[in-house]
Amino acid sequence: MAKKFSQEHEWIELEDGIATIGITDYAQQSLGDIVYVELPEIGKKLTKDGDAAVVESVKAASDVYAPLDGEVVEINEDLDVNPALVNEAPETDGWFFRMSLTDESQLDELMDEAAYKDFVEGL
Amino acid sequence: MADDQTELLKTALHDLHVELGGKMVPFAGYDMPVQFPLGVKGEHLHTRAKAGLFDVSHMGQVRLTGEHRVAELEKLVPGDIAILKPGRTRYSAFTNDDGTILDDLMITNAGDSLFLVINAACKDDDIVHMRANLGDGVSLEEIDDRALMALQGPEAANVLARFAPAVTELKFMSFAELDIAGIACFVTRSGYTGEDGYEISVPNDRAEELARKLLGEDEVEAIGLGARDSLRLEAGLCLYGNDIDTTTTPVEGDLNWIINKRRRAEGGFKGADVILDQLEHGADRKRVGIKPEGKAPAREHTSILNTDGEEIGEITSGGFGPTVDAPIAMGYVAIEFAAPGTKVDLMVRGKARPAEVVELPFAPHRYFRG
Repeated sequence: MAKKFSQEHEWIELEDGIATIGITDYAQQSLGDIVYVELPEIGKKLTKDGDAAVVESVKAASDVYAPLDGEVVEINEDLDVNPALVNEAPETDGWFFRMSLTDESQLDELMDEAAYKDFVEGL
Repeated sequence: MADDQTELLKTALHDLHVELGGKMVPFAGYDMPVQFPLGVKGEHLHTRAKAGLFDVSHMGQVRLTGEHRVAELEKLVPGDIAILKPGRTRYSAFTNDDGTILDDLMITNAGDSLFLVINAACKDDDIVHMRANLGDGVSLEEIDDRALMALQGPEAANVLARFAPAVTELKFMSFAELDIAGIACFVTRSGYTGEDGYEISVPNDRAEELARKLLGEDEVEAIGLGARDSLRLEAGLCLYGNDIDTTTTPVEGDLNWIINKRRRAEGGFKGADVILDQLEHGADRKRVGIKPEGKAPAREHTSILNTDGEEIGEITSGGFGPTVDAPIAMGYVAIEFAAPGTKVDLMVRGKARPAEVVELPFAPHRYFRG
């Protein structure tokens, strides 16, 4: 499935019923050098628009919200060792976590790549 | 947002910041660069490795003249200003009647006058305070036709000497009026990074010319407020409004060294009764360095707990130190927990995380003392 995007600058990629979540290149550029990522625990139930993770740059801490309802099934442990992966490869190796979805139809509310691009240009 | 922007003040280097790609943010009423394209971490590391140029023109510059300037200023600060020789600079603080801190400042004996540098956010209040309290025989001149920039880092002296050879002879906390590249400047060998370097007061109409000359040197990069903050935190230096303010005394702020010997004996400054009593009997809390054990930074207002889970203080500045490559912080703890090595917990996002009280600074000072 093609990537979807949220207004909170997360990307979502669905494969075999599991969604991989990360932050967009736009988000990592705005945040600057990322020095720490706090990921949710595996098994944690997330609610759409609720707190999911925290990214810390040298300057400040920023919340990452869950773009969908579901449960965390895997986290990117590489970010613990190398948080800069989020700056270097935000939309590939710098993914945050994977979740099983409560309601796949929520994906329809998210933007596709072209819509997200328009959204960012309008900011 | 647009309305706020129009009301922000601009320094003489504002156009240059924008041209260099500075990300501009409101700070103490000014539109200032928080970072340049190099980024906070890159700017921080560059300053420690070579040299960084900072615009600090938002800070207040004040000249005191008149026969009684030293004695009158001493009523407002706990430092020994009488002992300052011409060409010497001292860090001090304006204290309140209750012994707390109204602002911290740099005081230079410029020979025929005292030259003060005060914080941007406090400068209006400081000037009102001085005008109200400095007695007859002192004139206060607010210097608003000069910019202030800082060149900091191990290569700062080499770079600046290309334009003014005499700067290599200045020692830490010394001052001279010098021509730099033919521009009449006030130069102090001081700074807010823990590195060797200079603070340079330059006429507004020549500021951009001087900044371009310095930035034209290979070693020099423009540095924003983000790295200025991470550099000073690693150096263990206080940020007024965070680490010291009108709720903290110099003794609580671990600034006993700014209360000089003669002033301890004589008093005669605002809040001396409180401050001298704390010097003798101790304060019940103290500013300390805090090193989180994990990788999660602890930001300002984070609660500090003892290992029994009781709150013993609060973080006042916290973030990530690019040079030490770890989270770092400072804050106040109850005095019985202030010894380096004391284990504490920090409440970050509802979770107690282990940390330790440590000596400051996190990055060693590298001042040029001659």
